[in-house]
Amino acid sequence: MPVKLILREKEFQTKPGMTLLSALEKCGILPESVIATRQGELILEDEILQEGDVVYLVAVISGGGSV
Amino acid sequence: MKCRKCGGKAAVNMRQHKLALCKEHYLEWLPEQTERFIQKYQMFTHDEKVLVAVSGGKDSLALWDILVRLGYQADGLYIGLGITSLSDSPMVAGYSAESYRLAQKFADERRLTLHVVEVEQTYGYPIPSLAEMTNRGKGRPCSVCGLVKRHEMNRIARDLGYAVLATGHNLDDEAAVLLSNTLTWAGECLLRQGPVLPESPGLARKVKPLCRFYEREMTAYALLRGIEYIYQECPYAVGSTTTYNKELLNRLESQRPGAKLNFYLRFLQARQEGLLGKIDGERRETLQPCPQCGQPTSAPGLCSFCRLFARTKNKEVS
Repeated sequence: MPVKLILREKEFQTKPGMTLLSALEKCGILPESVIATRQGELILEDEILQEGDVVYLVAVISGGGSV
Repeated sequence: MKCRKCGGKAAVNMRQHKLALCKEHYLEWLPEQTERFIQKYQMFTHDEKVLVAVSGGKDSLALWDILVRLGYQADGLYIGLGITSLSDSPMVAGYSAESYRLAQKFADERRLTLHVVEVEQTYGYPIPSLAEMTNRGKGRPCSVCGLVKRHEMNRIARDLGYAVLATGHNLDDEAAVLLSNTLTWAGECLLRQGPVLPESPGLARKVKPLCRFYEREMTAYALLRGIEYIYQECPYAVGSTTTYNKELLNRLESQRPGAKLNFYLRFLQARQEGLLGKIDGERRETLQPCPQCGQPTSAPGLCSFCRLFARTKNKEVS
């Protein structure tokens, strides 16, 4: 089973066994621009992604609305 | 990666500080650092009433949360801009309606005081309509929005007796503006940019206690504290210069950890040492009160805010 990475409405798939950092780079996502969560917990770039993992990526850049 | 303090599993890694922390220690560290910056830049004291400008976004709600945790007298101000989503989907709530809901929910859950100003109820038009009626913001109301927010924040702070107005600007916000102003050598803007804009007659002191935290760190704080914030971006901010600059700086940061922090801190140092000229606090003597609203303005006659509404009334007549 592949690893799923979900950023807003987009879904990416990678192979298990790689680090989060490698997965993000493979998907063309700048690590600085997201926070990754798995099962409600924050995970870091060195985390090894396991088969069937679903990683939700929270975009960190906001604009316009802040006062 | 392990927490530097307890050796447990780290939840946040700050490469620019070579510091990784677990949830518990990160949630202690961030308010401690905020307190340090409040004192370092002499932003305010525990005896002063602070008005926090809240938008329903992660930064402003996190700031309010931190100030309350630190024991400051912090109330909130929400300015309703009347921005609806540009999407036709009925599933997507209006941007302003949703941001207000989240700001009010945050205040209610913590029994905090939230002052609310609705621009349309107070002045007759929501921000997008105001922008359409003036040359200042046709198609992109950000300029009108900024002008109205600055005026209203200052008006409410003054009318309700708050000594200090705090905003949730983070380091990415500051670095993006700094990059923009540097690329255009906007000297006057560079001189005004800093963690504190001192008070002067008619103007509340403005402070940015989060100005040394990366946006990523503020997102992590909001998530770890369980703060529900508006995730949807302002529909008018999509594709903005600020967003573009933030992405550029993040590319630099990913190759050179600490680049954003250095860019901002070295700028503050240069500004403080007078390398950019006299800083803003020494220049306030040139301001005079607007004959209509009384708020200070640099040009003779009406201030920008009152001129905006004068133009709007002319449009109504014509």
